[in-house]
Amino acid sequence: MSGRVWKFGDNISTDLIASGRYFHLRSNLPELAKHVLEDARPEFATEVKLGDFIVTGENFGLGSSREHAPRIIKLSGIVGIMSSSFARIFFRNCINIGLPAIICDTSIFDDGNIVDVDLEQGKAKNITKNIETMFNPLPKVMTKILKDGGLVEHIKKNGDFKLR
Amino acid sequence: MGLTISEKILSKHSENGGVAGDFIIAKVDLSYVQDGTGPLTLEQLRDLGVSDVANPKKTYLFIDHASPSPNKELSNDHTILRQFAKEAKISLSDIGQGISHQKAAEELIRPWDVVIGADSHTCTGGALGAFATGMGSTDIAIGMALGKTWLRVPKSIKIEIEGKFQSGVFAKDLILRIIGDLGSAGANYKAIEFSGPGIRGLDMDERLTLTNMSVEAGAKTGVMPSDKVTKDYLKKNGRIKDYKEIYPDDDAVYEKIRNYNISELGPTVSLPHWVDNVRNIGDKECDVAIDQVSIGTCTNGRIEDLRIVASILDGREKNIDTRLIITPASNNIYQKAIEEGLIAIFIKSGAVVNPPGCGPCVGVHAGTLGDGERCLTTHNRNFKGRMGNPKSYIYLASPATAAATAIEGKIADPRGYV
Repeated sequence: MSGRVWKFGDNISTDLIASGRYFHLRSNLPELAKHVLEDARPEFATEVKLGDFIVTGENFGLGSSREHAPRIIKLSGIVGIMSSSFARIFFRNCINIGLPAIICDTSIFDDGNIVDVDLEQGKAKNITKNIETMFNPLPKVMTKILKDGGLVEHIKKNGDFKLR
Repeated sequence: MGLTISEKILSKHSENGGVAGDFIIAKVDLSYVQDGTGPLTLEQLRDLGVSDVANPKKTYLFIDHASPSPNKELSNDHTILRQFAKEAKISLSDIGQGISHQKAAEELIRPWDVVIGADSHTCTGGALGAFATGMGSTDIAIGMALGKTWLRVPKSIKIEIEGKFQSGVFAKDLILRIIGDLGSAGANYKAIEFSGPGIRGLDMDERLTLTNMSVEAGAKTGVMPSDKVTKDYLKKNGRIKDYKEIYPDDDAVYEKIRNYNISELGPTVSLPHWVDNVRNIGDKECDVAIDQVSIGTCTNGRIEDLRIVASILDGREKNIDTRLIITPASNNIYQKAIEEGLIAIFIKSGAVVNPPGCGPCVGVHAGTLGDGERCLTTHNRNFKGRMGNPKSYIYLASPATAAATAIEGKIADPRGYV
C-alpha cells in the first residue's frame, strides 16, 4: 500500500482526534469523522484521501479509551498509522477494528512524502526520499486479529478466541 | 520466582500462563461500559449476532458521562442502553447514580477480580486489589459475549511509598508527582504496583485517586495489596464474604522500583496541556488567575474530597471572578454530603453543585469553558480541548488546592487553609 504522509508530533491525545465537544456525534461516525483531528490539524479532515497514512512521534493516541478515535481515522480514508510508539488502549483498538498500527522509526518521513508499506515484510519505504526503514511484525495474537479483519470478524470466523 | 499482584491475579484467571510477557485468555469477573462507549459496544454485539451476554450478573451499563443528557442525540444513546439492559437482563446505573468506576468500587469489585471496562479509568478498581483495566468498545463487547478477554500479562513498576503527608498535601499531589516523574508513557503496557507503609496509612478514597490516574502514565492498570483498610471498606459495603487477601510475593520481579517519601511532598499542579507537565505549587508558572474551579470526577469526587473542600470553604466565600462547580462522584456520596452539611457549606460559599456523574470533565456539559479561560480542576486530564474548548487551559490539582484557589481567584497553596 502506498499513500501520502500526514505528519503529526508527539502525544496526540484521543481528545485531539475525537474531541469531547462532538460527544453527541459518537453514534453517527460519518458525521464525527468530519471533525477527525480537527484540533490538531484543522485541514486534515477535508484534505485526507483514501490510502493516506498518518505518521507520528511518540505515544500516539494517549488518553481516553474511546474507540471512536481510531474508527474515524479509518473512516477518513487512512489505511495505516506509523508511530514511534502508541498508547496502549489506542493500539489495541486499532488492531481490533482492523487498522494497521505500525511501530517504526518515523524520523525519515516528512509531511507530504509518499510512503509505501509492506506489512508482510515489515518494510516502510519513503518513495519521495528513496530511503526505507524496517519494522518488527506485530505479536502473533495481533497479527491474527488484524488478518481476520478485526476482533469481531475473528470471533465470527472462529466462534471463540483462536490466537495460537 | 515470585509473582507480582497482577501476575497472581491473571494466572488465577487463565489456563495458559500468567507471567509477565505471556499472552493469555483471562476469565472476566466484571465488564462494564458507559454512555460514551456503550452504544458502540452494543453495535458490535449486534454485529456478532449476540443478544445475551455470558454473565448478566457480571455485566453493567453506566450512564454517567452525559448525566442528565444535554441533547437529543445523547438521549437517544441512553435509550439504546436502557433497552438493551432490559432485553439482556443486565443492570443499568441511570443518570444521577454516579460514575462507573466509583459505583464499581462501592458496590462490585473485590480483591482478585479481573475487571474490564470501556473507559480508560477502569484502572481505578485496582485500589481494591483487583486487576482492572480499560479497553475499547469492541474488546468489551467480546468480553461481555464470551466472559473472557485476551491480555498480555504486564511487567510491573513498583512504587514504594513511605512517610506521611504533611497537612494540606494529598494523594492527588503524589500521583501527579509520580506521573511527572514517569512521564505520560513511562508505564505504557505496564502495571503500576503501589506498596509500602505510606500506602497503608491512606484511606480507600485516597487509594482510589492513586490507581485512577495510573493510566495517565500509560499504565494498563494500577494495583495495590489488600489490607485492613480494604477489608473495612468491603465490610462497610457488604462485600466481605469470601474475602481473600492479596499481596505480591517477596521475590516478585519488577521492571523497576521507585521510592517516594511523601513527608517531603508539597502541593503539586499539572499545567496545560499535558498531565505530566507537573510543577510545585510555588512555581512562577502557577501564578495565574483562574476563571473556573471544578471539583469532582472519578479522581476526586469522593466523600473525603468533599469533606476537605468543605473544611476550607466553611465560613468563606469564593472569589467573585471565579466560578466554582462541585460534582459528587456518586449518589451515595451526594447523600452523605447532604447529611453532613457539606452541600450547604458549598452553596453558602457560592458554589454550583452538579448532579452525580462525570460533570464537566469530558467536555459534554455542566461547565464548558469559554475561549481563553483557565480552569483549575481536580480532574485527571488537561489535554487541549478536553473540557470542550480547545482554546481553554486546564490545570490539575488536589481538592484542597482547588478550594483554596476558588477563594483566592488564583492558584493558591492550601496549606494556609488546613
